[in-house]
Amino acid sequence: MEATITITVDGRQRTVAVDTRTTLLDALRDRLAVTAPKKGCDHGQCGSCTVLLDGRRVLSCLALAVAHDGAEVVTAAGLDNDRLRETFLDNDAFQCGYCTPGQLCSAAGMLDELKAGWPSAVTDGEPTLSASEIRERMAGNLCRCGAYVGIVAAIQEAGR
Amino acid sequence: MIPFDYRRAENPAGAVATVAGAPGAVYLAGGTNLVDHLKLDVARPDLVVDVTGLPFDRVEPRADGGLRVGATVRNSDLAAHPVVRERYPVLSQALLAGASGQLRNMATTGGNLLQRTRCPYFQDVTTACNKRDPGSGCSAIEGYHRYHAILGASPDCVAVHPSDMAVALVALDATVRVLGRHGERDIPVDALHRLPGDRPDRDTILEHGDLITAVDLPAPLSVRSAYRKVRERSSFAFALVSVAAVADLRDGRVQDCRIALGGVAHKPWRAHAAEDVLRAGEPSEQLFTRAADAELAGAKPLPDNGFKVAMARGALVATLRGLTTEGTA
Ligand SMILES: Cc1cc2nc3c(=O)[nH]c(=O)nc-3n(C[C@H](O)[C@H](O)[C@H](O)COP(=O)(O)OP(=O)(O)OC[C@H]3O[C@@H](n4cnc5c(N)ncnc54)[C@H](O)[C@@H]3O)c2cc1C
Ligand code: SF4
Ligand code: FES
Ligand code: FES
Repeated sequence: MEATITITVDGRQRTVAVDTRTTLLDALRDRLAVTAPKKGCDHGQCGSCTVLLDGRRVLSCLALAVAHDGAEVVTAAGLDNDRLRETFLDNDAFQCGYCTPGQLCSAAGMLDELKAGWPSAVTDGEPTLSASEIRERMAGNLCRCGAYVGIVAAIQEAGR
Repeated sequence: MIPFDYRRAENPAGAVATVAGAPGAVYLAGGTNLVDHLKLDVARPDLVVDVTGLPFDRVEPRADGGLRVGATVRNSDLAAHPVVRERYPVLSQALLAGASGQLRNMATTGGNLLQRTRCPYFQDVTTACNKRDPGSGCSAIEGYHRYHAILGASPDCVAVHPSDMAVALVALDATVRVLGRHGERDIPVDALHRLPGDRPDRDTILEHGDLITAVDLPAPLSVRSAYRKVRERSSFAFALVSVAAVADLRDGRVQDCRIALGGVAHKPWRAHAAEDVLRAGEPSEQLFTRAADAELAGAKPLPDNGFKVAMARGALVATLRGLTTEGTA
């Protein structure tokens, strides 16, 4: 079945007719040519499709596009965080770059969650921007190139 | 994926009438389990009814000193809720031990409770599985079953329930509020999920169309509570075994306690036998070991998951040790 949805993507309003089966990830990439979010596993296991949906980091591969009519989507291409981009470059926080758009969106969402005082599984008392907090909070973003050391350093630097 | 219609639920009663009246209809919440199953053809609905717009997105205090958690409250919001962190640490810890930051931002209370097993055969439609296709057989019993049940299984199914949150809710004596065709009813979380028996296709006692509207937490037995999860890597993995425990410790004795085990059975496993050993006892390594042994005496592991018995014993003893020496394990 078809449905027409209007979403704001990286600040631009877009209207598109989608089959109800279409995920937000496929709507962005295949229907709207917004290719910043990547398809890694398509099952919620890798984080490469991470976007900010109404301000929170989510996995666009497990969201049905039709369920998010009216939503505001921010991808790595529209992320208002140049600092994070610079620290990723400065710290060699990627190699092939495939996971990077998801890492960036996840990092941006994660820094907001930390600012709001949200705990994580390793939090003892008040959460801080320690390496172990970053590792735990970024556990949903895999990197096949293993750039983790750089990713943690980049996020720590950007968050300071 | 087969085609389906999508509808946004306008109000609770209307949603129940719609889904109860349509055998091929399902509720959609965060979608983190359902959308996966749509892609895998494990779920083949012809109508998807989205409940995320219903007014169940709040955590509210109750007159009895407890909390009402709406069915569409996101797992991340619940874990960060100040009252949950302060008075129900076991619940906050269990939620934070599950999935990833992105998934917790999507996942809801109701969806988390009704997520289905991660048994690999259940998720693979090319294999035999009594839960997905009743009567086809169980591929896990003679196949891959490291993650499977050691308690309460049946010859028809040895799957485990994957939720961390549900284990904490059982240890907190929580109740689910359900709206069905014949009105509202309350079901203890402990009675929501079933053992497989000869009907492994039924995860819970709910009827088709039943809508979870909230989870009620009674005032906690004690704020001394903790969740411990043992898994194959330190984050973003399902439990091999887990323990949720709440203990009221006064005058050097365990006045009362509630314990539940995860990763060991088709439902969160309330550890009554262990509780009985602990009640009125003086905390000690021997007491904890006796309690764990009492609970696991009935364990029937499969050829490749016998390690879970020792692991559950160790996890339970360590949780109790942590709880009784400090506030958390
Ligand atoms: C990669 C990955 C790792 C994960 N790791 C963990 C983990 O470590 N621990 C853990 O506990 N979980 C884990 N999960 C599972 C996750 O917690 C669940 O998918 C999530 O909680 C389901 O909630 P949802 O709102 O997205 O449900 P949905 O997918 O929307 O729905 C799930 C089921 O519940 C039904 N439903 C939803 N809401 C209601 C309602 N109000 N009334 C009646 N029926 C309803 C739906 O019809 C569907 O059958 C993981 C998931 C993924 C993808
Ligand atoms: S353990 Fe249960 S879910 Fe897994 S294959 Fe057997 S019947 Fe299916
Ligand atoms: S593509 Fe969405 S999590 Fe892997
Ligand atoms: S940089 Fe290659 S996958 Fe992360």
